[in-house]
Amino acid sequence: MSPKRLSEEHISALHGAGGELMGRLLSEHILPRFSLRSLGSIGLDALDDGAALKLPPGVPVITTDSHVVKPIFFPGGDIGRLAACGTANDLAVMGARPLAMTLGLIIEEGFPLSDLERILTSIAEVLEGLRVALVAGDTKVMGKGELDGIAINTTGIGVAARPIPDAGLSPGDVIIVTGPVGDHGFALLSAREDLSLESNLSSDVAAIWPLVARALEVGGVTAMKDPTRGGLAAALNEMARKSHVGIEVEEAKIPVRDEVRGLSELLGISPLEVACEGRAVIGVAPDRAAQVLSALREHPLGREAAIIGRAIERYPGKVILDTGVGGRRFLEMPLGDPVPRIC
Amino acid sequence: MCLAVPAKVIALEGNVATVDLAGTRTRARLDALGEEVRVGDWLLIHTGFAIRRLDPEDAQETLRLFDELFACQAQDEP
Amino acid sequence: MSPDLFSFRDPKRAREFAQLLSRLAPARPVKIVHVCGTHEITITEHGLRSFLPEGVEVLEGPGCPVCVTSTVDLDVAVKLAQEGVILCTFGDMMRVPGTELSLEEARAQGADVRTVLSAADAVEVARKNPAREVVFFAVGFETTAPGTAAVLLDTPPANFSVFSSHKLIPPALSALMELPQIEIDAFLAPGHVSTIIGSDAYRPVAERYHVPVVVGGFEPLDVLYALALILRQLKEGRAEVENAYVRAVLPQGNTRAQELLSQAFEVSDARWRGIGTIPGSGLAIREEFSRFDAAKKFGVEGELGEETVPGCLCADILVARAVPTDCPLFGKICTPLSPVGPCMVGSEGACSVWYRYGGRPRL
Repeated sequence: MSPKRLSEEHISALHGAGGELMGRLLSEHILPRFSLRSLGSIGLDALDDGAALKLPPGVPVITTDSHVVKPIFFPGGDIGRLAACGTANDLAVMGARPLAMTLGLIIEEGFPLSDLERILTSIAEVLEGLRVALVAGDTKVMGKGELDGIAINTTGIGVAARPIPDAGLSPGDVIIVTGPVGDHGFALLSAREDLSLESNLSSDVAAIWPLVARALEVGGVTAMKDPTRGGLAAALNEMARKSHVGIEVEEAKIPVRDEVRGLSELLGISPLEVACEGRAVIGVAPDRAAQVLSALREHPLGREAAIIGRAIERYPGKVILDTGVGGRRFLEMPLGDPVPRIC
Repeated sequence: MCLAVPAKVIALEGNVATVDLAGTRTRARLDALGEEVRVGDWLLIHTGFAIRRLDPEDAQETLRLFDELFACQAQDEP
Repeated sequence: MSPDLFSFRDPKRAREFAQLLSRLAPARPVKIVHVCGTHEITITEHGLRSFLPEGVEVLEGPGCPVCVTSTVDLDVAVKLAQEGVILCTFGDMMRVPGTELSLEEARAQGADVRTVLSAADAVEVARKNPAREVVFFAVGFETTAPGTAAVLLDTPPANFSVFSSHKLIPPALSALMELPQIEIDAFLAPGHVSTIIGSDAYRPVAERYHVPVVVGGFEPLDVLYALALILRQLKEGRAEVENAYVRAVLPQGNTRAQELLSQAFEVSDARWRGIGTIPGSGLAIREEFSRFDAAKKFGVEGELGEETVPGCLCADILVARAVPTDCPLFGKICTPLSPVGPCMVGSEGACSVWYRYGGRPRL
């Protein structure tokens, strides 16, 4: 089959087959988008079997993640931005500076090339902003109908002076959230076709390493987690369980955007259970909390950072919420993805 | 089964109102209302239908009723 | 104006209500029953039981329409979906277990089941798919039924029909009071059902059974206010209907909505999961709209499947004779992800709410 007869508008099976068409896809569409393509040694340009890395001093930290978000393009971002930020943020909340990333693409036959280009541009923008190198990758194509559009896998590599676990809280530690919660999850829900809602809300998807770095510079950070799936409630519950402490938070102190409140009322879903993609939950020793908060607030992504509670000795493994009206109840681990409550 | 929210009417087209709740817009049918609705009115919406027109005056009335109860009780107790 | 206009959550006022409730607290324990999932969620979400004096219990009765939808009806819906209709329903209904499958499971097996937020959306689905039959599985109480009535009266397309499982609240209150060993001292009546039917609709219950019935709203202070009115009635030995949600409820209710209901529906007996048949507690589509009545259109007859599992205490929990923590299955075999009985099934069932908010009424 001569290359001329193949559509240059859509991904075809041959694009994943390792032959000339794939070579062209790489050299014309993928590689040129990324400004950093190696980390001191064999990198992407070599298109070798792997990449070799020269890591700066520190503890190497690695993370991997797969992304299948629907819709692919949503208010505030797309699957590419989500993949790149998600991976870089996982490193960041481990206390590691992101340095390099790999990119695995599994694409459905017929996927529009223009969409792929948009997604790659998004990834490249995030990596450029973080000075992270794309060092290795893989592309596969599945037959039409065998995959819904595109799936992305990313592995991130970074180094940490001192890795920060999510299990590091001690009673007395102050809990800070770096910004308003629920933006991403509600932005996605509002974009769903079947819900006939229109909202100005955008996902908060963002790379938070520069923000986290400030907190680490101040010192006193004992635990960190990014409140992705399951939102703030899931992150706090996991931190409480793994650290064997209780956590007490005040609803009135948790930052929530007005638009998120509105969607929350309409759909009957709590903002505390909905994913964020540009936030961190940070546990800080009490004597450094004020300083860490100031440092976070100096950064654009952290302007609305707030102290929301603290770790306590009572109720180990549980999270207690002091409600806005003055009541008290448990804030439980959410079960499954939030479903709009009508009844 | 009572999840109903107050939302403000920002547009009207036949028996459908476009309403806004803190920046989110959705549509609500007016078939079950039986009274005139104007842009700027507040509606109580349930499953895409308006079930009552809400009057901000009544919101004030609610607070007044709370006060009245407290006053009543204060009087009743020695 | 912001939505805060209709928001009543001032913690200072809440504390004042707490003190008032304390002063009004009766000497003996009292049990107040509400019949609205949204009331249970409001109470639990805001931690309102923290404000109640000792001895005052507020429990959910059969207030979750999803939970009390009979297995018979659910099985019919699943069957219709499996036979190729586009089955539209509210999100909460997806995970309710039928005798064999839930709608979600049927969808995973290939049935075309879709979530809608409104009956009107289901009609849209029918318009967009003229070659397919579309059935709206209509669940809900009097707050929701007017929407279904409106679409039936609006000449929907011929490929659209409704399978009605709508139910009525006042007959359920009477049915509760007729049960043996029921010790209900007062009812907190559902605010938005009352927006439709009016506070006067509860007079027969208050008079016949000599219980206070107070219509309550859903903001935290609305609930505390309604509870205060209840305790005051109990203290004064009264048994009246009081409206604590004046901004949304009139004595006569929403007469237009009631008109729509009587044009599209007639009252029928209905089967409530976990309770059994309550006479005059359901809404069946009138004869003149039988071409939009899925039950008639598809000739479906439900068959009674297994409704209760040994050990499951839902039958008692639904009528507020027991609480979720009394049930041996609660939180162990029976969880929201693997619900055994109706109380755990819908997101507004007592067991589901308690489980998701910590497993017990107070901290």
